[in-house]
Amino acid sequence: MKSTSQNMTAASSSQPAARTLDVEKLSVRYGTSLAVDGVSLAIEPGEVVALLGPSGCGKTTLLRVIAGFVRQAAGQVRVDGIPIDHLPANRRNIGIVFQNYALFPHMTVAENVAYGLRARGVANAEIQARIGRFLDIVQLGAFRERLPRQLSGGQQQRVALARALAVEPSILLLDEPFAALDRNLRLDMQIEVKRLQRTLGLTTILVTHDQDEAMSVADRIAVMNKGKVEQFDTPVAIYDRPQTLFVNGFIGTTNLLNGKVAAIDGGSAKVTLDAGATVTLPTRPDIQAGSAVLLSVRPEQLTLSSTPSPSAWRVEPGLSLPLGAQLVHEARTADGATLKIVEPRRAAPPETSRVYCTLAPDAHPSLFPRATS
Amino acid sequence: MTKAAEWQLALPLALCFVSLFLAPLLLLIGVSFFDDDKITQPGFGQWVKFFGDPFSYKVIADTLLLGVKTVCATVLLGYPLALVYLDAPPRLQKILIFVIVMPLLLSVVVRTFAWIVMLGRDGVVNQLLLSLGIISEPLRLLQTELGLVISLTQIEMPLMLLPLISVMSRLDPNLRDASAALGASRWRTLFTVIVPLSMPGLVAGCLLVFASSTTAFISQTVIGGVRLIYLPLLIWQQSLVVFNWPFAAVASIALLVSVLTVVSALSWLGRRSSGHLQG
Repeated sequence: MKSTSQNMTAASSSQPAARTLDVEKLSVRYGTSLAVDGVSLAIEPGEVVALLGPSGCGKTTLLRVIAGFVRQAAGQVRVDGIPIDHLPANRRNIGIVFQNYALFPHMTVAENVAYGLRARGVANAEIQARIGRFLDIVQLGAFRERLPRQLSGGQQQRVALARALAVEPSILLLDEPFAALDRNLRLDMQIEVKRLQRTLGLTTILVTHDQDEAMSVADRIAVMNKGKVEQFDTPVAIYDRPQTLFVNGFIGTTNLLNGKVAAIDGGSAKVTLDAGATVTLPTRPDIQAGSAVLLSVRPEQLTLSSTPSPSAWRVEPGLSLPLGAQLVHEARTADGATLKIVEPRRAAPPETSRVYCTLAPDAHPSLFPRATS
Repeated sequence: MTKAAEWQLALPLALCFVSLFLAPLLLLIGVSFFDDDKITQPGFGQWVKFFGDPFSYKVIADTLLLGVKTVCATVLLGYPLALVYLDAPPRLQKILIFVIVMPLLLSVVVRTFAWIVMLGRDGVVNQLLLSLGIISEPLRLLQTELGLVISLTQIEMPLMLLPLISVMSRLDPNLRDASAALGASRWRTLFTVIVPLSMPGLVAGCLLVFASSTTAFISQTVIGGVRLIYLPLLIWQQSLVVFNWPFAAVASIALLVSVLTVVSALSWLGRRSSGHLQG
């Protein structure tokens, strides 16, 4: 993914080279609490990074520090290795698109796009050329003289994007840019933003609370919780190998099974599940033999079968819901947990006969230490 | 609720309006068309007298100019104060709003007499300026237009600040950040974003201050004295000293029309500049 965007950067030589963005041990204090608590991120040139987390996790505050609207208590922000902490927002050359777009309501589309250029004292001929170019890029060339309130939400967002891009910022920040759009339009705009970002080769940070959005738009995701980055990795790695229980629960749907480590053999652990089965799976260094664990497994990594085995546990089938191309089963284990199991919708034996649940062959469940009372 | 019921609810106010405002106004217009102060001879004599006298035009011009000066002073002092209010933390905002509204809680007479104490020859202002060595002779402030404008500025300030603050606090705070991120300095943001968008509040404030200061009879007379003649004083003299009611009626209509003209021009401007605010 990354290499493609870099190739395209090289291809469009008129664009300045993409910048790196480094955030180092950044902390922001609001009153007595830390809104951002020692966050470090190293972002590659041309990369799209999503800051993902629940509201109040500090992701927007982090973005506002990078933009220069909020001053940090400690830590450093560097663009291409050069600290920018001492610069006011208007001298950082960082583009930002707000959730509500924040278009200047008393200016036309063209005036909005020209705003940053006029502030920089760009010559008028060049301003006109750039207005034309960037409105064409976002396909709004015909809307130059409209006022923002005469545009739809998607069009307003494209104007906001054109306005931020017209000044050729070194970094692009997107603050929940798709949240106000309806579902269909959101996907269109996500594709559009990704396409633009690739063409311009801009290092981009996207703040979102929507995991699907982070998964589809970002090259890497920083999952944040309570001011800290819990995991910073590719979408696939975060989905398949969540490092913490929070990431595990926040990304995707998951089933949690209680168990105990019976034995450790090299990198794999033999876990006895309370539901009544023994499974062998890869483990992590902080888990010792005999300790209580939580086994997290995605609904699509469980299967139902009608044959018993030592690694299968008995369940009591519940409801089955067709969900598009898939079928979602609900099942209760002997120790009282409710599992969700997703299977492709195909002719399968009735659930009533398939009362044994097991890990699918390609399953990669995660183990987490469990606090016991 | 039906249309009829809404009408009935508005009826008491409508009756008050008709009997206490519209009827007297018609009466006033009627009285103006009498030649003698006994109101017996119908004619246009008083109109000819008022508008034939250059002094009347001077009084009208002085009155409107007083309004303009007060408006300018309240804008110049009030706008920065509104900006300070907007940036202040919530607790300070509460204190500020109390300080801003306070003049409204005091009687105009009390406020005006307080200004006499302040502006007098041995008043606070002169003593301060003398002790700082800025002036060597006490300034004459009472019974001058400067003194009047100073006191009116303080008295009318809430009427400027309240609409201004209410419009400004509805501005999207992201607009300022967006402007800064695009490279604009604070001043550029102020003049290209905040001022244009706060125009409806500014116009409303100007309107209220203008209408209120041009007709502020008590302040005009108590601070300005009888040597500074504005329309309200002229009307008072004609109606209650000379007892020439028809002439006072003509002067009243002149005051009403001239203030109304400026006010409607301002509100037309206000309507043109509104509509950019988010609800």
